[in-house]
Order: sequence, then structure tokens, then C-alpha cells
Amino acid sequence: MRRRDLLLKMELRSNPQSLCVVRGALAQLTERLGFPEPECRAVVLALDEALTNVIRHAYAGRPERPIEVSFRRIRAPWRGESREALEIVLVDKGRRVDRTKLRGRSLEDVRPGGLGLHFIRENMDAVEFRRIASRNRLRLVKFLRVPRPPRDS
Amino acid sequence: MEISARHLDKITVFDISGDIDLASSPELRKALLREIRVLRRPRVVVNLRAVRYLDSSGVASLIEALKASREIGSRFVLFGLNTTLREVFHISKLTTFFEICDNEEQAVAP
Repeated sequence: MRRRDLLLKMELRSNPQSLCVVRGALAQLTERLGFPEPECRAVVLALDEALTNVIRHAYAGRPERPIEVSFRRIRAPWRGESREALEIVLVDKGRRVDRTKLRGRSLEDVRPGGLGLHFIRENMDAVEFRRIASRNRLRLVKFLRVPRPPRDS
Repeated sequence: MEISARHLDKITVFDISGDIDLASSPELRKALLREIRVLRRPRVVVNLRAVRYLDSSGVASLIEALKASREIGSRFVLFGLNTTLREVFHISKLTTFFEICDNEEQAVAP
């Protein structure tokens, strides 16, 4: 059974100005969890892109719509062993996301747009999207590469 | 994000600082495209040394500026990419697509 410790929960509005606040909080959280510096940046970029997609596509740029982001420390199986990981879950009440667009696009096609999903997939170990009760739910997981002893605080 | 422009003969140098994200990239896009499409400057150089963060919307703005410069036969040059920005360019596979210099001296050289 997975162990899940809630680390932080944020209730945001779909305003691009809030992105820098989330990035700042997550940068500190990933550092505290023991991720190496490049992976802290990778996770921050992935979440930022996920939130950008919610604002631009699920809410079509409309501000003041709700977005819920929760961060949990979990233990889950990864490559045959139980590993500690950061789980990030985003929930929004926007329109249904077109699953065909979740595949992203070929990087050979150099043009503006479509890079966000590539950044998310490249930087996270698991990316799962579900539509539940008129809500979009995106789950992102990043495993800690090096096992470390659990912290009390 | 803060953005300012310097004009060196026929070259425009943009000095950018702060975070380039969904909130700020429209301003960057507008400034770059005005210089390229409206003012038709022969070379536009972007100093990214003080940029702490760049997301896909910022990358998209730079791609659009590069394509606009190619359409009119001008040059679009970047310099001052720190580790964070180099990582973003690397996973975008755009490192070879852009003209990237190490410093301003190279970027404005004849």
C-alpha cells in the first residue's frame, strides 16, 4: 500500500500572475525533499507548464477560475523497488481536454506552441490524466533517484 | 520580467531580466516582433543573462521572432544563456536552431 503524506495544498485562480508564486513554493519544497538542483528545476518547469495548460486550454484564458494543486510525499513502486517520490495532483473545473492533444507534437516541427506537454513528459516520471465528475485531474510523479532516510519533520 | 532596448548602429540589443512565463511572454513577443517586422532592424540581439526562468510560452515567443527574422532576411541572435535556460533549450532540441553566442561582443560582431 502506498504511503501518502500531504505536504502542501494550494487553491489558486487561473491567473498567470500566480505562476511565479507556485514556482517559488515548489522550488523550496523540492529542495527540502532532497531532489538535486537540476531535478528541482525540472519539476518546477513541469508544474508551471501544467498550470499554463489549464489556464490556456481548460479555462481558455479566463481568469479567476479555480485550480487546486496538492503535493504529497509518497512511496510507490518504481523499476522493481519501492521508492520515495513527490506526487503533484492538479484539479480544475475547466472544459474536457482533448486527449489527442495530450500527445504533444514532434520537435522536428519547429514552431511556436505545443512544447509544454513535451516539457512535462520529459521532466516527470509519471504523467496521468483523468476526467472525473466534470473535473480534469492531472497527476505528476517524480521519484527521488537516491534513497534517503525519512525525515521526521 | 523587465525589458529594455539599446540601439547600436543597425543592431538592436534587448536586455531582459526576471522570469519569462505565461504572464510576461506576450510583452516579449510584442517587443521582438515590432523590432523585426515593423522597424525591420537588420539584426536583433537578445541578452538573456539576467533571465532566471523561461517556460514554453517564452520559447514560443523566441521561435516566432526567429521565424519573422528569417522571413525578412535579418539576423536574430541570443546570448547569455545560464544553466536553467540551456536546460530548457536542450530539452526543446532548439540549441542548433537558434544562433546562440557566449557574450555580447560575439553577438554584435560584424
